Amino acid sequence: MAETITLEVARYRPEEETEPIFQSFEVPFRKDWVVLDALNYIKDKLDGSLSYRWSCRMGVCGSCGMMVNGEPKLTCATFLSHYRPGPVRVEPLRYFPVVRDLVIEMTDFMVKLKSIKPWIIREDQKPLSEGEFLQTPEQLDNYKQFSMCINCMLCYAACPVYGLDQHFIGPAAIALAQRYNMDSRDQGANERLDILSQHEGIWGCTFVGECTKACPKNVDPAGAIQQYKLKATKEWFKDFLMPWRAK
Amino acid sequence: MKETPVYTEYHPRWYRARVSTYWWTRQWKYLKFILRELSSLSVAYFVVLTLLQLRALRGGPASYGEFQEWFKTPLAIALNVVSLFFVLFHAITWFNLAPSAMRLRVRGKRVPDWLIAGPNYVAWLATSAVIAWLILRG
Repeated sequence: MAETITLEVARYRPEEETEPIFQSFEVPFRKDWVVLDALNYIKDKLDGSLSYRWSCRMGVCGSCGMMVNGEPKLTCATFLSHYRPGPVRVEPLRYFPVVRDLVIEMTDFMVKLKSIKPWIIREDQKPLSEGEFLQTPEQLDNYKQFSMCINCMLCYAACPVYGLDQHFIGPAAIALAQRYNMDSRDQGANERLDILSQHEGIWGCTFVGECTKACPKNVDPAGAIQQYKLKATKEWFKDFLMPWRAK
Repeated sequence: MKETPVYTEYHPRWYRARVSTYWWTRQWKYLKFILRELSSLSVAYFVVLTLLQLRALRGGPASYGEFQEWFKTPLAIALNVVSLFFVLFHAITWFNLAPSAMRLRVRGKRVPDWLIAGPNYVAWLATSAVIAWLILRG
């Protein structure tokens, strides 16, 4: 008989349950299958009512983030063979409200993301006729790592600070703020500093460092936050020593 | 005009899990983080200990002798060994995190992590060596 593996999947059907329960499914074990393949197998063959998000299945879209055996993972990049002989426990991303089964509510993240103004801000716009803003490879290299973020929110599920204080702006949003701050074309660092230097901004971070370990794209949000703390402290000292400095 | 459709009939029935007070006990990585945070208590303990030692020194030979006697008790030894362990844990984890907070570039190239953590360790060893020399030379 072909080998199988058990998936314990969190189910939350608000019309049936008041809190999530686990349902076990036996799925074929194939060494080239990822957890998402197993979920798709369940939905196709065993229980069509199972709800979860996914799209690209190649680690680019950032929709299929879930807790796999207690760790935040992109299920499209997490092989079943890693958990052999099982069981594999699949839950919705930690610290987010659950809408249904493995689907979480992400409005909180979207609002926070927007609040740090993740776009290039210019004080002086130059006319189109002058062409594009040029950048050297070094200037690109400065922020490129932070630009790899796919908004999968695994870092939020890894962050106990976010779990305990939902006002904390969170790892990905801060890393993305840093992505624009370090872009040579951007002039909006001061606007972002006002949001990020609040208590719920960078100072909420206690440097657990798990966001960086959870990140499937090696963005290093923990590093971004500590670098930002350093920068904010320097700015504060400069303002303190030179009060006449224009803000 | 049509009525606004109700897309999410069960919208208000999100499930929100409460974070347990003991969230940090479930996974070693989070327990390690909490131990790292708690290690600051050991740092504070050694600071207080040094202040008490200075006070005893000011109080003359009798008071310093009394302090030394206390130092030899099993309780004091146990407390010092545990605190030393946590202070070492504190220092090592702190130095290892330094490269994450500092990103230096020299001639366009990023300075590797070990070159940022390394000097911290060297400074630590050098300071310890100087202190050991001051204490042990007599």
